[in-house]
Amino acid sequence: MTAAQIEMREVGLSYFTPKQETEALRDVRLTVRAGEFISIVGPSGCGKSTLLSLVSGMLKPTKGKVLIDGQEVTGTSPKVGYMLQQDHLFEWRDVYGNLLVGAEIRRMDRAKAERKAAELMERYGLGGFARHSPAQLSGGMRQRVALIRTLVAEPDILLLDEPFSALDFQTRLTLADEVHRIIREQGKTAILVTHDIPEAIAMADRVLVMSKRPSTISSEYEIRLKPEGEGGEGDGGTLTPWCKREAAGFQAYFNAIWKELEAHVVTSG
Amino acid sequence: MSLLPVKERAEARDGGAEPADSAVKPAGSTEPTDSAVKPAGSTEPTDSAVKPAGSTEPAASPSASAGKPTPAYREYLRGERRGRWLVIVSRIALLVALLALWELAARQKWVDSMLTSKPSQLAASFRELALQGDLWKHTWTTGLETIVGIAVSMIAGTAIAVLFWWSTYASKVLEPYIVVLNALPKVALGPIFYIWLGDRYSVYGMAVAISIIVTIMMIENGFKELAKTKLRLMESFGATKLQMLRMVMLPASVPNFIATLKVNVGLTLVGVVMGEFLSSKAGLGYLIIYGGQVFQMNLVMVSVCMLALMSAVLYGVVNGIGRLLMRKYQDGR
Ligand SMILES: Nc1ncnc2c1ncn2[C@@H]1O[C@H](COP(=O)(O)OP(=O)(O)OP(=O)(O)O)[C@@H](O)[C@H]1O
Ligand SMILES: [Mg+2]
Repeated sequence: MTAAQIEMREVGLSYFTPKQETEALRDVRLTVRAGEFISIVGPSGCGKSTLLSLVSGMLKPTKGKVLIDGQEVTGTSPKVGYMLQQDHLFEWRDVYGNLLVGAEIRRMDRAKAERKAAELMERYGLGGFARHSPAQLSGGMRQRVALIRTLVAEPDILLLDEPFSALDFQTRLTLADEVHRIIREQGKTAILVTHDIPEAIAMADRVLVMSKRPSTISSEYEIRLKPEGEGGEGDGGTLTPWCKREAAGFQAYFNAIWKELEAHVVTSG
Repeated sequence: MSLLPVKERAEARDGGAEPADSAVKPAGSTEPTDSAVKPAGSTEPTDSAVKPAGSTEPAASPSASAGKPTPAYREYLRGERRGRWLVIVSRIALLVALLALWELAARQKWVDSMLTSKPSQLAASFRELALQGDLWKHTWTTGLETIVGIAVSMIAGTAIAVLFWWSTYASKVLEPYIVVLNALPKVALGPIFYIWLGDRYSVYGMAVAISIIVTIMMIENGFKELAKTKLRLMESFGATKLQMLRMVMLPASVPNFIATLKVNVGLTLVGVVMGEFLSSKAGLGYLIIYGGQVFQMNLVMVSVCMLALMSAVLYGVVNGIGRLLMRKYQDGR
């Protein structure tokens, strides 16, 4: 077992505004090993984006510590790629220019970044749109551009905040497979935030459920699914999300997580 | 699908059919005239103004529908063109009608032509003044003063707005001063400028004083809007302030710059003419004051016409620059 790559130790976070303080997270403990894929689900407004911002270094915890590779996080780091909930594409650049923003900021090898951007565009169905302006793209296409922009910067750790929310179901499933494959192949660590429970189960090795605000991680599900028709304990990591959706134990996980979330959503309403 | 309509719409708007546009916008209105370009932060390309006639497949082949426009689309284009021409012709007709009415009223003694002058007389004195060469000298003086004034307040105003963005502390400390300076009637500073800068440079002082505060406020406003949205992305990649400035703040502010520039043309001209009224020995403002003092209505009227012409030319130039920048801005990098 590899050492923890991301660690959150009793992390609490409150937002302060002149009018009030909002306690978003309380006593969050989390360990993510290198190469692991984690999903986070939870009611809207519980602090999932906040948790990702803490890992990315864009927010500092009010209490506790966030560590990456054993080092306390003090600011953003090139190790981490954060795909924000909003795409924030730059209207004054074309799609290609947008894809290179991260690489440009981090002063990476331009030729290499360009090659990578071109390759990913082709694979994610954006071939031929390089010179379009973002205003000419649909919501789902914009989201894919944002995803590629994050990948082009070649982070070790990927933080994905609802990366597929604007996609149609078909694209969503295929893209999920594709992204899962890339992340696995390159051995990256990933944290995925989603409202889609099947997606959370299908993509990840572990699903974390967050409670309502002030929220904490209320439970954890280690996803162990075996391919359909085979016996023995499967290793979730080797299956594609598509296969996992068809595996035997899938529904049981879904039901368990659904029940738990239902309780949170109802009581928070 | 959307390629053609967006382009076309940009042209349609740029065609010059913007009557309400020359009105000076109040400080803080950041919207550029070309609504084809979305302000930063808007995400959906809602083409409500233009119907992408007949095209069905958005993602499949973006260039396919651009190849051969459907008859309905061509009809739409023709209609647009006709509308544009109608506006231009009507504008010219209105001017001609007004001049004719003026001339007629003066000739028929409906009004006293000593007080109102008349177009034919104006043309004659225009010719006279133009031949003497004086008129050109004065126009050139005013024009130069205006252009320099605009340039100075745009550059200095942007620099100060950047400073305010860079240091929230500075911006908070200086905010009330800016507000007070904005409200202060700048004419009141005329004598001070005259004593400090002399009769020539006090005109520049007045021009810059009038336009710089509004420049700062408009540009800073645009910056604030950006800081709430696009900068979060830059932050997530760990960008430095300089990178944010170069990659986001300046390029994203292009529409805002253009809007500010348009406001500045009007304001700076006011400042220049006022400065000339107060102290100068040259320029159209001086000519107007002089003409009024010696009761030469023709001189006053000709100068006013020259001023109107100059502001039209300046506005046209600014519009052209704006369109050029906008095209660059739209096509990326
Ligand atoms: N900048 C901020 N200032 C003050 N409060 C904030 C700020 N950002 C978030 N919050 C509050 O913190 C809480 C958690 O927000 P967060 O965006 O992390 O939720 P989320 O789980 O990502 O929700 P969603 O699923 O809707 O995206 C919310 O109650 C929100 O009101
Ligand atoms: Mg969120």
